[in-house]
Amino acid sequence: MSKEPVAVVGIGQTRHVAARRDVSIAGLVREAARRALEDAALTWADIDAVVIGKAPDFFEGVMMPELYLADALGAVGKPLLRVHTAGSVGGSTALVAANLVAARVHATVLTLAFEKQSESNAMWGLSLPIPFQQPLLAGAGGFFAPHIRAYMRRSGAPETIGALVAYKDRRNALKNPYAHLHEHDITLEKVMASPMLWDPVRYSETCPSSDGACAMVLTDRAGAARAPRPPAWMLGGAMRSEPTLFAGKDFVSPQAGRDCAADVYRQAGVTDPRREIDGAEIYVPFSWYEPMWLENLGFADPGEGWKLTEAGVTELDGDLPVNMSGGVLSTNPIGASGMIRFAEAALQVRGQAGEHQVEGARRVLGHAYGGGSQFFSMWLVGARPPDS
Amino acid sequence: MPEVLKAPLVVEFPFTRSLGPVQSAFLTGLRARVVLGVRTGDGRVLVPPVEYDPVTAEEIRDLTEVAPTGTVTTWAWNHAPRRGQPLTTPFAWVLVRLDGADTALLHALDAPGPDAVHTGMRVRVRWAEQRTGAITDIACFEPYDGDPAGTAGHTGAFEDPVTGIVAPARLDYTYAPGRAQTAYLDALSGRRTVGERCPECRKVYIPPRGACPTCGVATSEQVEVGPRGTVTTFCVVNIKAKNLDIEVPYVYAHIALDGAGLALHGRIGGIPYDEVRMGLRVEPVWTESARHPDHYRPTGEPDADYDTYKELL
Repeated sequence: MSKEPVAVVGIGQTRHVAARRDVSIAGLVREAARRALEDAALTWADIDAVVIGKAPDFFEGVMMPELYLADALGAVGKPLLRVHTAGSVGGSTALVAANLVAARVHATVLTLAFEKQSESNAMWGLSLPIPFQQPLLAGAGGFFAPHIRAYMRRSGAPETIGALVAYKDRRNALKNPYAHLHEHDITLEKVMASPMLWDPVRYSETCPSSDGACAMVLTDRAGAARAPRPPAWMLGGAMRSEPTLFAGKDFVSPQAGRDCAADVYRQAGVTDPRREIDGAEIYVPFSWYEPMWLENLGFADPGEGWKLTEAGVTELDGDLPVNMSGGVLSTNPIGASGMIRFAEAALQVRGQAGEHQVEGARRVLGHAYGGGSQFFSMWLVGARPPDS
Repeated sequence: MPEVLKAPLVVEFPFTRSLGPVQSAFLTGLRARVVLGVRTGDGRVLVPPVEYDPVTAEEIRDLTEVAPTGTVTTWAWNHAPRRGQPLTTPFAWVLVRLDGADTALLHALDAPGPDAVHTGMRVRVRWAEQRTGAITDIACFEPYDGDPAGTAGHTGAFEDPVTGIVAPARLDYTYAPGRAQTAYLDALSGRRTVGERCPECRKVYIPPRGACPTCGVATSEQVEVGPRGTVTTFCVVNIKAKNLDIEVPYVYAHIALDGAGLALHGRIGGIPYDEVRMGLRVEPVWTESARHPDHYRPTGEPDADYDTYKELL
């Protein structure tokens, strides 16, 4: 029996900001969930199951938030699942929800991811004082910066590429009312002049710390037929993992990421992603990860990704726009960041992306990664259902 | 084999919480010696209050005062109170349904012993002298043999409400790094770096983890590597971390020790930070008291050719 086609019929986000002191975590997730239900013109009673995700518990110190959020998400009397895959969790959460629909376990599933970084300290959560180990570093920037340098060496990319990405994403964010950073006076010179935090990573090439939530309503063919607005259809979705560290690991272009993308393209019948895909929301927490992931995802040959960035191909009006929403570089509620990528991809093919809409977007990729580049989750969504 | 190492690991952090309207009213009420519940769509009163109706999922904001007296619905005796618990002497954990409420609140009951506690017994709130707008404003419950106390019908509107709290969290672990890491650390104390070779892929793991993550087999063959190695990649750290006593800027590098199958991480010294480069040949610098090399410094050898370490990036 073939899989049930999966449609995205509702999308809701909070306006992402540095600190939402006016709401509890329950109040925050509720806002996104309500907006997704309203978009789908559904009520809590129409939802069969709820699948949520967030970053590791240490980030907010709420152990098993799914227990406490059951009533806020209308999950009483329904299955409520939580997914854990570090930074990629927003993407894998959406895929777990999508698979429940594809397998015809449930007809309509609410999926949601969130983070309230203001109530926590991710840098602390990532740097616990493990006995017998030598403390050398704090936070994610120092972890990823050496891999960026390795990419620069391997590809021969000019040093300006990272700044071009940040300048593009921060300008795209100006067209997205939900984005956290709205730097109206941003210039390339300002990006280049911002301090080096973890050389080669500059301050302006680093993601912010945000409070926010993102929710989607996923449903089957019958649900899509009842939806008031055009759905986005899942054409392919996959997850892959690999160890954080192993002899032979390619941190610049991890095998798990390449395999994950290949699986998505195979499901969707895509043989030339560069030509057949109209845009991508890629998890880029540090600017240089745009060209790195362009290669890992097969949009460019190894060592060539930076040329797309440099030529303006990934600009909003380029022929492969990347991070039209402003991306993780403009909005980073960690647990939600992956789902925002998936949701923004869906908004594009639904024609609902507002000022950052890519005209005529038919197929858009949503991507997330997490841990030490060890978890990958991706989906490709389209304006038309699969096999039509 | 040396005895496996163990050490305490304490994880603690003062998390903050924004309360939202309902928890804000509840905790502000406690500060004013008022206990508030919330009324659900079907007319029940939930104490402690929640923001969303557990039956209909609708937002609920109808706050209603309940009495500071109530009835124990169930209990468990706590023989040995731990750090941070409401009382320092043995007490009963109790669920108390306050007069006027339909659900029970978890708290502590101050009682002389388990024989003095029973389901159905009447209790009342003992208020803390110093109240800040926290659940600890109820110091505990105590036995009470009177009628339900009256209430003033408070509706939850307060001057200067509490909007956030600090929720300190602490976890106490005993950390044991395991057999392979213990052997590695033991060798480091003799200033030798000893990894383990995978019997299948033949790669040498530094530090060893007792198994090869790619082949999924146990490793046991000990292999000494280094002491010299090559900087494969690095970053220059310009921001000072609160928990690290390292002056910035400093170079955080991946160093492939000669013979190792993957790079380990270390600090580079003995050279200006802006002269560190990929391919730099380095050696460890040890200090008296430290378990690990303090940093690595240039050996003076010519830089390694990129092709010799590109697979280790």
